[in-house]
Amino acid sequence: MRNGLVLAVAVLLCTFPVQAAEPNACAVPETLLPADNPLPRVAAAVSKTRELRITVIGTASSVIPGEGAASAYPARLEAALTERLPGVKVTVMTHTKPRQSAAEMVPELQKILVDEKPALVVWQTGTYDAVRGLDPEEFRIALDEGVEALHTGGADVVLMNMQYSPRTESMIAIGNYVDNFRWVSREREVPIFDRLGIMRHWSEHGVFDLYAANKDMATARRVHDCLGRALATLIVDSAHLSAQPPKASQ
Amino acid sequence: MPPAVQSQRDVRLDLFRGIALWLIFLDHIPSNIVSWVTIRNYGFSDATEIFVFISGYTAAFVYGRAMRERGLTVASARVLKRAWQIYVAHIFLFVIFMAEIAYVSRGFENPLFAEEMNILDFLRQPDVTLMQALLLKFKPVNMDVLPLYIVLLIGFPPLLWMLLRRPTVALMGSVAIYVVALEVGINLPAYPSGHWILNPFCWQLLFVFGAWCALHGAQQLGAVARSPVTLTLAVAYLTFALAIVPTWHFPRFGHYVPTWLAEFMYPIDKTNLDVLRFAHFLALAVLAMRFIPRDWPLLKSPILRPAILCGEHSLEIFCLGVFLAFAGHFAMVEISGRVYMQVLVSIIGIAVMIAAAWLLSWYKKVEGRSSGGKQQQPDADLAGGEV
Repeated sequence: MRNGLVLAVAVLLCTFPVQAAEPNACAVPETLLPADNPLPRVAAAVSKTRELRITVIGTASSVIPGEGAASAYPARLEAALTERLPGVKVTVMTHTKPRQSAAEMVPELQKILVDEKPALVVWQTGTYDAVRGLDPEEFRIALDEGVEALHTGGADVVLMNMQYSPRTESMIAIGNYVDNFRWVSREREVPIFDRLGIMRHWSEHGVFDLYAANKDMATARRVHDCLGRALATLIVDSAHLSAQPPKASQ
Repeated sequence: MPPAVQSQRDVRLDLFRGIALWLIFLDHIPSNIVSWVTIRNYGFSDATEIFVFISGYTAAFVYGRAMRERGLTVASARVLKRAWQIYVAHIFLFVIFMAEIAYVSRGFENPLFAEEMNILDFLRQPDVTLMQALLLKFKPVNMDVLPLYIVLLIGFPPLLWMLLRRPTVALMGSVAIYVVALEVGINLPAYPSGHWILNPFCWQLLFVFGAWCALHGAQQLGAVARSPVTLTLAVAYLTFALAIVPTWHFPRFGHYVPTWLAEFMYPIDKTNLDVLRFAHFLALAVLAMRFIPRDWPLLKSPILRPAILCGEHSLEIFCLGVFLAFAGHFAMVEISGRVYMQVLVSIIGIAVMIAAAWLLSWYKKVEGRSSGGKQQQPDADLAGGEV
């Protein structure tokens, strides 16, 4: 039995990753922001009109409860893009409604497109579907239909998946939904903002303590600021915009 | 005339089931770096397939003998008794789960995760949640295997009766149910919505196939499984899966998969036991049979003893593993979630599983001696195991 344990330990130690020391900034490795899927409508809008209209559609995790909209990632995205795209008028509008599944959002997309005419829709979804255990297959169909409706309506799409929430990880099964984000992103060739992977990266590298249970507004603001910056990078890279390099976070 | 069943216990089954139990445990700990060693990262199928197949195999092995010696009624009663034990074990784990989420959520005010806290809705209506759990409709994360088992066992007596008389008909019937469930979309309902994560009408195929192999297939399939052509196909398919799966974890490589292939393959569905997953399991089984013979000397060595011990007590060790995964996650939440803790939790968890299995074996031996060597009633551990 001891031999077995020694063997197990040896195997486990081999998988131990080398932890590199990182500065205390919310930098995101390039592999987590792959710019493989293009955003042609964003590129066209910026080069032709020098204007970029973005709409964020999402649920409760697109806001910080008890905080003004200015601290949440959609506003931080607007700030980051404005900074990086001088001479381009960037507007980010938001439609967030708590407790909405992906399927419930799809019928509203058309109206948002007509009202706001965004070049890009950032679609944050999945968490509520996972919390309620809604059928992952129906979730995939809703995602697929939503992306199609947005493309037909003349907007590019960036899909945003769940947050990394270590405390609730053993209570909410998100795996199937994450897979479906990937299938749809692949099939429709739309970029995916891997909020889950990015936040897990920050947690693993000690950038943010996401295990904390207390009401820490300062951390929440910084996380959203960093999410906004990372999202700006994904959009700039995917649309191949000529932009200023990102400034370091405070 | 019912065919003779091999009377010797096949230690390889315990070995693979023991290893599957460890892998399931590692996969159940969320954000666990150690789970990179598990097979789901290197192929389409995972430990669940191994587990269900071996359980079908051992269930047929144990209850098949009971049915031949004592008749349909006695054997059916034993199967249903086993299903009841598993039901009780499942409800026990459910209570532990509810205790964990109640505790973890106490005083949780992190504004980032207000949305995720909607999971606590279940605590606010215990009348509904408890009832739905007793009906096996509300199943928390990672608690899908035992309910699948219960349903498979309830349907097992008539199937076994058929397998002993008309094995081919029984197997064809199983394939037919699989195909119909897949085409028509039959599944059991879940609460608050949706369906079972592991569709029993699809997963029964693997269970029945295991049972069929135990009673007939080993002789019938032996030659085919050992042929060089089968081996080549299996290796080729496993290599193919090994090349595909990393592209899921590193999206950058996703574009190396040709579009026509992606359209053909995706999505690879676990709920309905996608045929690619089934094939992947078969390929693994062919390889295992080929390179690990029944009388493999290492099967008697102390290195493999811990895994075999765990495999011999699979119901207890499976439940313990689910509990340990909860406890491990709890420790990560309360102490630290860093990598060293993930490794520590994984090692300690497996060590506890081995120690518990060893204790169970010891107790069984002591009990056997004190009852004057009375022949023990074969007890199909998690539907098959202890003979």
